[in-house]
Amino acid sequence: MNILNIISQIEEVDAEAADKYSFYSRRNLLKFGQKALTAAAVPALFATTTNQAFAQAGPSQAAVDVLNFALTLEYLEDEYYRLALNTANLIPAADRIVFEQIGKHETAHVALLKGALGAAAVAKPTFKFGDSFSTYQKFLGLAQALEDTGVRAYKGQAGALINDKAILQAALQIHSVEARHAAQVRRMNGAKGWIGTAGNAPAAVYAGEEVTAQATVDLVALTKLSAAAVAEAFDEPLTKAQVLAIAGTYIA
Amino acid sequence: MPGGFEPVAVGRRLFLRYSGAFVAGSAFLVACKDEENPTTVMPAPTMVDLGTGDIGILNYAYALEQLEAAFYTQVMTTPYGGMSDAERTILTDIRDHEIIHREFFKAAIPAASRIADLTPNFSGVNFTDRSSVLNTAKTFEDLGVAAYNGAGNLIKDVNYLLLAGKIVSVEARHAAVIRDLLSPKSASFAGDDVVTPANGLDGALKPNQVLPAAQPFVTNPISGANLPTV
Repeated sequence: MNILNIISQIEEVDAEAADKYSFYSRRNLLKFGQKALTAAAVPALFATTTNQAFAQAGPSQAAVDVLNFALTLEYLEDEYYRLALNTANLIPAADRIVFEQIGKHETAHVALLKGALGAAAVAKPTFKFGDSFSTYQKFLGLAQALEDTGVRAYKGQAGALINDKAILQAALQIHSVEARHAAQVRRMNGAKGWIGTAGNAPAAVYAGEEVTAQATVDLVALTKLSAAAVAEAFDEPLTKAQVLAIAGTYIA
Repeated sequence: MPGGFEPVAVGRRLFLRYSGAFVAGSAFLVACKDEENPTTVMPAPTMVDLGTGDIGILNYAYALEQLEAAFYTQVMTTPYGGMSDAERTILTDIRDHEIIHREFFKAAIPAASRIADLTPNFSGVNFTDRSSVLNTAKTFEDLGVAAYNGAGNLIKDVNYLLLAGKIVSVEARHAAVIRDLLSPKSASFAGDDVVTPANGLDGALKPNQVLPAAQPFVTNPISGANLPTV
């Protein structure tokens, strides 16, 4: 299958729809939070194009597994931001625009992955976020952990997609969006946008981020720059098992 | 165009996104015609061929990292007026990251296959002006993200793919931070101009789309004609 074809077809469908039907306007399609549109219109559009693409050539089982793994994480993130945005007095008014933008992307990622998987898509788990919405600082802390975990999770699966070229590219295109989110959330949480060697908590989320050698090249020795700068310059992957151990904390 | 680039079909969206770079390059070419210095004869710049296969893709990344490292080195050598402490810290960090990326590729690519040191051309950038610097940085970072995203599925070796993945997310972090400096606490860090709202996907461009956008910033003509396309 060619997920890029799907995507371009979606864009075409989207654009044509916007021209022809005000109901399907681009703006409305983006407001996935409005349940009627989410449930009905969007998956229908995705399903049409997805089935056409699947008919051409199916993804490998490895790719299906990766997409479902990714979908689980996107469900988690999507629900986290939706609940947070719906919690009164949690996110300061001036900061809402950032989390609305992030939430919009997570919703779009869920729709894209569900569309690509069709009937093979896993169901959304029931999530539990403990006291993460009790203060803005707690919300920011978990948002940062989820985003940085998301970046590491996609990175860790890239190799498994090497034979599914179109899916690999789409996964990379999600991966970098998660990294943009992570940088923004980290800075709002008082951290640098990049992951260095200090203050990396919780440990499970940041395990291994401190490495300073890449492909056997000791980059501190080579560049004479600090270990922190070298660690920041490369993001590290997590295995699926490591990610599921982190995510499992939030699955009821 | 120097270097025998084939004309590249550039989509409207892509063209609009990178038209700034093209305009800056054209302005430079025009300016060059008026600049004559009889005491210095510049040799015709040598064509840089990125090569083939995975090594070609590594050279492609090395070329982009050379460009970024040189840019931020200049930014911090001649900081624009009014650079805040926070901006100084961020731009120094990014400079160091890009130098580390450049030196990594230089060490990782076998010398016999590695491209030469490129000569950057930043004549279109006003390094005394915050807006010029940060908007150029935004162009470079977004272009870098799209370049790595588009190059991933041209790589055959999973180890190289992972290395590219380790770098691209850092470039995306840079892009988000630079965008936030230009437009603080807005949606710009992952704005609708760069992340397609309907599917939440960042840009992805192939080398034949990236190189024409990068070429105005490099004196040496760069050829990606032998890079893999699938």
